[in-house]
Amino acid sequence: MILIPPFIVFFIAAVLVLVLRGWPRAVASILIPLVSLANLWGTPSGEYATISLMQFELVFFSVDRLSLLFGYLFHVAALIAVVYSLHVRDTLQQSVSLLYAGSALGAVFAGDLMTLFLFWELLALTSVFLVWARRSAASYGAGLRYLIMHILSGLLLLVGIVIYSRTDPSLAIGHIGLEMGAAGWLMFIAFGIKCAFPFFHSWLTDAYPESTPTGTVFLSAFTTKVAVYALARTFPGTELLVYIGAAMACFPIFYAVIENDLRRVLAYSLINQLGFMVVGIGIGTALAINGAVAHAFNDVIFKGLLFMSMGAVLHVTGKINGSELGGLYKTMPKTTVLCIIGAASISAFPLFSGFVSKSMVMSAALKNGYDWVWLVLLFASAGVFHHAGIKIPYFAFFAHDSGIRAKEPPLNMLIAMSIAAALCLVVGIYPQALYQLLPHQVAYTPYDMTHVLTQLQLLFFSALAFVWLNLRRLYPPELPSVNLDVDWVYRRWLPTRVQRTAEAAFQLDSRVRSAARAGVGNLIDAISSHHKPDGLLARNWLTGSMVAGVVLLLGFYLLLGFAL
Amino acid sequence: MKNEKEYLFDNPRNVQWLMRGFYACCAVLLGLELVVHRHTEHTWEGLVGFYPLYGFIGCVVLVLIAKWMRGLLMRPEDYYASQNAVGESESLGEGSSKGETAR
Repeated sequence: MILIPPFIVFFIAAVLVLVLRGWPRAVASILIPLVSLANLWGTPSGEYATISLMQFELVFFSVDRLSLLFGYLFHVAALIAVVYSLHVRDTLQQSVSLLYAGSALGAVFAGDLMTLFLFWELLALTSVFLVWARRSAASYGAGLRYLIMHILSGLLLLVGIVIYSRTDPSLAIGHIGLEMGAAGWLMFIAFGIKCAFPFFHSWLTDAYPESTPTGTVFLSAFTTKVAVYALARTFPGTELLVYIGAAMACFPIFYAVIENDLRRVLAYSLINQLGFMVVGIGIGTALAINGAVAHAFNDVIFKGLLFMSMGAVLHVTGKINGSELGGLYKTMPKTTVLCIIGAASISAFPLFSGFVSKSMVMSAALKNGYDWVWLVLLFASAGVFHHAGIKIPYFAFFAHDSGIRAKEPPLNMLIAMSIAAALCLVVGIYPQALYQLLPHQVAYTPYDMTHVLTQLQLLFFSALAFVWLNLRRLYPPELPSVNLDVDWVYRRWLPTRVQRTAEAAFQLDSRVRSAARAGVGNLIDAISSHHKPDGLLARNWLTGSMVAGVVLLLGFYLLLGFAL
Repeated sequence: MKNEKEYLFDNPRNVQWLMRGFYACCAVLLGLELVVHRHTEHTWEGLVGFYPLYGFIGCVVLVLIAKWMRGLLMRPEDYYASQNAVGESESLGEGSSKGETAR
C-alpha cells in the first residue's frame, strides 16, 4: 500500500475540480475523498512523509489512534458536504472547500508544531473564501473579521512555537500544558481562539451564518474540531479547560433562545457542544478524552445535518429567520424528518448519536468530583434540547403557517442529509462501531435502565417546560433583531472610540493651526503698522529736529565721558 | 385557503392528540421512577424527581433569563449596518464645517 498524506489527495482533487466541468467534476469530487479514505483505512501508527527543511524535520503524516479517528471523521464530513453541494455552480466555492478539508486533514496528521502551524494558517485562508462566497456586503465584512481573528490565532501559535523551540528543538507534538509558561499560554490562547472560547467566540457566530448554505456545512465541520483535536493532543488534563468548557456549554444557550437567524442559533449551539468536548479534555481521564473525541465525531455529523437542513430551507425559500418561517412541514416533509433526526441526536435522545457520547463526558465529570460542573452540563443538556432540539424544527417547520409552500431541496441535498441521518442512527443504535475507534480502550455501556430513564425524564420535562411557556405565552417570540455579543466591542465600541479620538485630534490640530495663523497675522500687522505711510518709520523728519537730536546725543556722550 | 389541501396539523384535534400523548409520556416517565430501581452515582441524582424537576425548572429559568437579556441586548436588525451610514454622514458633516472654518 502506498501511504500518501490525505491532504495531498484533497489538494489534487481541488485542482481537478478547478479544471473539470459538469459530471466529471461531480464524479471526481465524490470519488477522491472515497479513495483517500480507503488509502487511510487501517494505516498503522507511525510517522510517514517526513521532509527536512532547513534545520526542521517536518512530519506531514503522523498516525496514531487519535489522529486516525479525526482523519476518518473529516473524510466522512467532507464526503457528505461534497454531496450536499453538488448542485452548486461555483468553481471557487467547490475548489476552496476541498482545499479547506485538505488543510484540516493536514493539521490533524501533522507530526510537529511547525507543520501544524502551516495547516493552521491554511485553514483560515481557505475557509474565509467560503464566507465570502455568499458575495454580499454582510458576508464580506464578516469574512474580514473572521480572517483577522484567525490570523491572530496563527500569529500567537507561531510566537508560542518559537518560544517553545528553545526547550524542545524537535518541535514534536505532544503534551505541552500550561506549566510551560509563556509558550504554553500563547499556544493555549491560539487554540482557544479557534475553539471559540468565551470572549473569543464571536467570529463563529458572526461568520458562519453569513456563509452560503453549503459553505456553512463545511465550516461547521472542520475549524473548531481541529482546535479540539489540538487541545486533546497538547493540553489534556488542564483543569482550567473544565471551567472554560462549562462556561462554553452554558452561555450560548441563552443567546440561542432569543436569536432569530436559525443558522446563528445553530452556531451558538455549536459552541455549546464544543463546551462538552472541552470539559472532557480538561478532565483528561481515558473515559473523558474518549467522550470528548466521540462527541466531536458525533457533533460533526449531527450539527452538519442540522446546518444542512437549515441550508436547504435557506436554499429553497431564501429565508432563514425564525420570524419569517413556519409551516414548512406541509411541503417539505422529508427535510422535516431529517432535521428532527438531527435535533434528536444533538439533544442526546436514546438511540441517537449524541446520547452515547455526551453521557461519557457527564459521567467522567461526576466520577472525578466535578459536581457543580456536572450540574452545569446537565442544565446545558436540557438547554440544548430547548433551543436546538425544539426551537429549530418548531419555528422552521411548524409554529404558525408562514404561507411559504416551498418544494423539497434538490436530490443531492436530500441524499447528503440522509447519509448524515443514517450515521446518527447507526452510532446511536450500535455505539460499539464508534467506540472501537476511540483512542483509549475503555469499557463503557451507555444503555442501562437508569441512564435511559433519567435522560428521557430530563428531555421530556424540558419539552414540557417549552409547551407550558408557549401556552402561557411566556416564550419569547421570534423577532427581527440583532443581539449584542462580544463582537459589539470591535464592531461598535472600538470604531466609535477610534472615530471620536480621531475627531478630537483633528479638532485640536485645527485649533493649533488657526492660533498659529492668527499669531503670524498679528506679527505682520504689527510690522506693517510701523512701515506703512504715516507709520513711525516711514514719516518725513525736519532738518532742525534732526540737528536737535544729534545735539542731544552728543550731550549724552559728553555726560558719559565725565561720568566714567 | 379553502381550495388548499388540509395538512396534518391544520386540524386542531390532531394537535390535541399529539399533546395528550406527550402528557401521557411525561406521566409514565415520572411513574417509572417509583417502579424501576436506579443506580445513581451521586446523592442529588437519587432524590425522587430530580431529573424531571431539574429539566423543567432549568428550562423555565433559561427562558426567563433569556427574555430579560433581550431587554439589554436586543437592537434593531440594521444595527451594525446603520452604524456605518451614520459614521459616514457624521464625518461628512465634520468635513464641511472644517472647510468653512478654513475659509
